[in-house]
Amino acid sequence: MARTECVRMSWTMAAKTMYEKIWEAHAVHEAPGEPALIYIDRHLIHEVTSAQAFSGLEAAGRKVRRPDLTFAVMDHSVPTKNRSLPILDRAARAQLDALEDSCRRHGILLFDLLSRNQGIVHVIGPELGITQPGLTIVCGDSHTSTHGAFGALAFGIGSSEVEHVLATQCLQQSRSKTMHVVFSGKRPQGVSSKDLVLALIGQIGIGGGTDHVIEYAGEAIRDLSMDARMTICNMTIEGGARAGMVAPDDKTFAYLEKRPFVPRGPKFAEAVERWKTVASDPGAQFDTTIELDAASIAPQVTWGTNPGMVTSVTGRVPDPSSFPEPDQRKAAQSALQYMALSPGTAIVDIPVDRVFIGSCTNSRLEDLRAAARVVRGKHIASTLKAALVVPGSQVIKAKAEQEGLDRVFREAGFEWRDAGCSMCIAMNDDVLPPGERSASTSNRNFEGRQGKGSRTHLVSPIMAAAAAIAGHFVDVRDLGVDVLE
Amino acid sequence: MKPFITHTGLVAPLDRLNVDTDQMVPKQFLKLLTRQGYGRVLFYDWRYLPGEKPNPDFVLNLPRYQGASILLARANFGCGSSREHAPWALLDYGFRVLIAPSFADIFHNNCLKNGILPITLPERELDELFRRAESEGGCELTVDLRSQTIAGAGDLQFHFDIDPFHKQVLLEGLDDIGMTLKHAPEIAAYELQHPAKATVYEPVDSKHFAAPN
Repeated sequence: MARTECVRMSWTMAAKTMYEKIWEAHAVHEAPGEPALIYIDRHLIHEVTSAQAFSGLEAAGRKVRRPDLTFAVMDHSVPTKNRSLPILDRAARAQLDALEDSCRRHGILLFDLLSRNQGIVHVIGPELGITQPGLTIVCGDSHTSTHGAFGALAFGIGSSEVEHVLATQCLQQSRSKTMHVVFSGKRPQGVSSKDLVLALIGQIGIGGGTDHVIEYAGEAIRDLSMDARMTICNMTIEGGARAGMVAPDDKTFAYLEKRPFVPRGPKFAEAVERWKTVASDPGAQFDTTIELDAASIAPQVTWGTNPGMVTSVTGRVPDPSSFPEPDQRKAAQSALQYMALSPGTAIVDIPVDRVFIGSCTNSRLEDLRAAARVVRGKHIASTLKAALVVPGSQVIKAKAEQEGLDRVFREAGFEWRDAGCSMCIAMNDDVLPPGERSASTSNRNFEGRQGKGSRTHLVSPIMAAAAAIAGHFVDVRDLGVDVLE
Repeated sequence: MKPFITHTGLVAPLDRLNVDTDQMVPKQFLKLLTRQGYGRVLFYDWRYLPGEKPNPDFVLNLPRYQGASILLARANFGCGSSREHAPWALLDYGFRVLIAPSFADIFHNNCLKNGILPITLPERELDELFRRAESEGGCELTVDLRSQTIAGAGDLQFHFDIDPFHKQVLLEGLDDIGMTLKHAPEIAAYELQHPAKATVYEPVDSKHFAAPN
């Protein structure tokens, strides 16, 4: 595992990274001493971070410049059951109504609560083919990094920037540094892309990617499906980098073909030719390079209160005194106190109260299939208070039902819900109660993230499924080949 | 945006690594439709005990830090969610200046959009400010954006860096959308040259779509 700083030499400038290519293709205005103006191809909005942007826009008498490039969906605070009933949470209702009103006034395409295409914004963008290689994509949500899995430059923005994009279809941006993260070797069975990215964050720390855009490469990344690449790009923000990217390849093109917003016939072939030019040139220079051996990575489980506080399932809760810096010792101590864990506890001895399979990180069809293989014919532990499966979109939900996955989960004691952010952010009724411990396929284990006083352990879908059956964490590599693949 | 030129205020120390925006404004307060009124809920779960009683152990509740308008923090301050509710809450509470060894990218942007000055200082200088803020008498600092200096009692004076563009925007309280709209002809020219279209080739179950004109 090496980390090297490269000096950018003038003679290498001809070879460009994917990030540089997309940047240059979108620069509307560049001048020394000021940020560039970058054109935005796709603007995704949802109910939680857009209301203030629309009121600012309207107060200034401005219009949405490109409603045809703006896409809205209800996902964060939506209920995941009984959708035909009125929403009792008046604040959430008002927020959803405000989004609908804004979309109506400005002519913005909206996937509302009852749409068959509704789902988590970062799940439906790719699913509908709104996300494509070479595009710039922004959304008022930090997990916008997900879309980088297609070779797009995609990142999260605040509400003021949402307003800025609504008004101008541009953003003021300074160039980021580039980080090349190379996963060499083959990922072992039972190890998912969630484990790869958690291991990376464990190594570089949750601020390790600050000011950088990460490009993922190497054999283990090429081997990943599009669903799995989205997981790794999604979690990039948890390492502090705003965007994560994977070069588009045949898997990307095959995924996109026949999606609703993707050109058909000869136009698709033209698009693919264009998309093929997006990848970094051979010899392109990155500011930082990190190499990891995928073959040596084990399933990961977080023990603390940020995604960098993570270890292998075969590991133990660390002793705060084992950290080199006083700040880190203090942070670990405070995390263990919050998590009610003692140093030295084996990860597999940690019991869980609830299991959540969902979120923009791990709620795609492949995630659900993998989890279903683990729980098929078994039942959740009697000690479990609840186990939830929340598909990332209504389309995924329908497909999973066609395959009978809903029955597998229900028979195993899981609840089968409608699509939304759900217990990842707990803005609806799906809350982890105080003091309870979850195995969660989501992205953040911050204090109170899944509910005040709740304790979150981040894991992959199969690790979550296995924990649901056992009632505590288990090493999924022990489950047997037929269950794992 | 309110211009930021110079600011003198009481300093509060938040001695904790990786403070994320979920802590600044927990999710249950993300359902409001306004940019105002978040000061009361800033650091909600740390600041209040059940029944919204102030937690006497939380640093911002100590009597000596009441009225603080400069916040000292540790590395990677503002990581996590992009919610701009976090800087809205800091501003509404009264903070105009944040000083830390590093900030998360999106949060840093969001501060600048709201007239909050995020200052990055080396750990060594920050340790000195923490020492002063935590000492019995506490400390006041004067932050001058024009000269890019932080000054305190005695001969304490630190220089800080800020890129010239954001300095100008803060000093003049400029509306960045207005600035971008000055480039409207360039945006229009770009759109002519690089027509961005999102065409739908099969029906989707959506509402309110306005066909581009």
